[in-house]
Amino acid sequence: MARRISFLLNGELQELEVEDHWTLLHLLREELGLTGTKEGCGSGECGACTVLVDNKAVNSCLFLAAEAEGKEVLTIEGLASPDGTLHPLQRAFVEHGAIQCGFCTPGMILSAKALLDENPSPTEEEIRHALAGNLCRCTGYLQIFRAVRAASGQLRGSSVEVIARSTE
Amino acid sequence: MRKFSYLTPRSLDEAISLMESYGERARYVAGGTDVLVKIKEGKLRPEYLVSLRRIPSMDRIWCEQGPSGELRIGALATHRALECSATIRWHYPILHDAVSNIGSVQIRNVATIGGNLVNAVPSADGAIPLVTLDAQVRLQGPKGARQMELLHFFMGPGQTVLDRGEVLTEIIVPPLAPRTGSAYIKFGRREAMELPLLGVGVLLSLDQEMRRCLKARIGLGVAAPTPMRAHEAEAFLEGRDLDEATLREAGRIAAEESRVRDSVRGAAWYRREMVKVLVCRMGLRCLERARAPH
Repeated sequence: MARRISFLLNGELQELEVEDHWTLLHLLREELGLTGTKEGCGSGECGACTVLVDNKAVNSCLFLAAEAEGKEVLTIEGLASPDGTLHPLQRAFVEHGAIQCGFCTPGMILSAKALLDENPSPTEEEIRHALAGNLCRCTGYLQIFRAVRAASGQLRGSSVEVIARSTE
Repeated sequence: MRKFSYLTPRSLDEAISLMESYGERARYVAGGTDVLVKIKEGKLRPEYLVSLRRIPSMDRIWCEQGPSGELRIGALATHRALECSATIRWHYPILHDAVSNIGSVQIRNVATIGGNLVNAVPSADGAIPLVTLDAQVRLQGPKGARQMELLHFFMGPGQTVLDRGEVLTEIIVPPLAPRTGSAYIKFGRREAMELPLLGVGVLLSLDQEMRRCLKARIGLGVAAPTPMRAHEAEAFLEGRDLDEATLREAGRIAAEESRVRDSVRGAAWYRREMVKVLVCRMGLRCLERARAPH
């Protein structure tokens, strides 16, 4: 069965027809061509497909497209400003070498964004807890945690970043 | 993924009547984090998924008079909503301990506590703390509503008392006695994204001198085919002055009562040893929490 849904995708209103059995991941990648969201395990273990729905991180591989109706969806494509200026998290990932192959990066950054929106100054433990559902197989976790901490400092003003660094 | 029709009823009655008309071809779905995986794996082949997500107020977490009243949890409440609830963190830390370590944030944002219970896997982290809290469940189906102890809801691995078309609608936790501490540990080899090797929940209510145990509850997960209570260990603790040696003895009794077995995740002898250790450890945490000023 197909249905018409409307939702906000990266700030733009979308009205389109979706099949009942489509996942949000399928809709994004295969129908809308937004390939920034990755498919890893397809079963909610790896977090590569993480997107934000109403500011909450979800695995888009286990989220039906039909459930996006009336919601606000943010993918990695919608994070930078329209003029190309990177979001502080994206910049921090680049600056701290938190990207190697890049496959986990969109999911990592969106999980981190959900965390910082909710808790602007997370502890190391809170960062680890929030990112537990995002696997990185290049073993870049330390760089990733460092990038998230740096971004949280920048988002709040640089003086706090110094405090965060000094607890390393 | 295999094709299915996704039905989104706006009321419980509508959902139940949809299930009645489609019978074996339909299946309820809440968060979908288990059902969709099973469909992808070909273990489930429903033609219709009847979603419970749009039924109003089924995700409510409601505690009218604080811990002196009962806590009601709508079956559609997500693990994340429970994790972030101040009431639960404060007054039902055993539940907070459990729900904050189920899956990942992404899973907890979507997966529901009702779904966790209905799946009835022996390792269900949501079930043990609720069993330890003496929770009841409310079921509603074609033949009406009924309420029962959660402990008796489980029949075997993957099996519950739910009849065809019946829905778990609400979980009811009875009022807590004053001076109660509770704690849960999900014991595994990794800190996250894992099923537990063992789950141990303990609840202790103390007398006014904060020494003697008035009520003890010990819930064990992955220690039997279904969530179980260690009744003998509980009876041993009730009426006794609590110290580490007493709690260690309770652990020993609970380990004897457990019906642990060998599995890919761990050997029976090891699980039995860990019941001993963890019952004592959670007991001590209960004392700490009961004695902490609120």
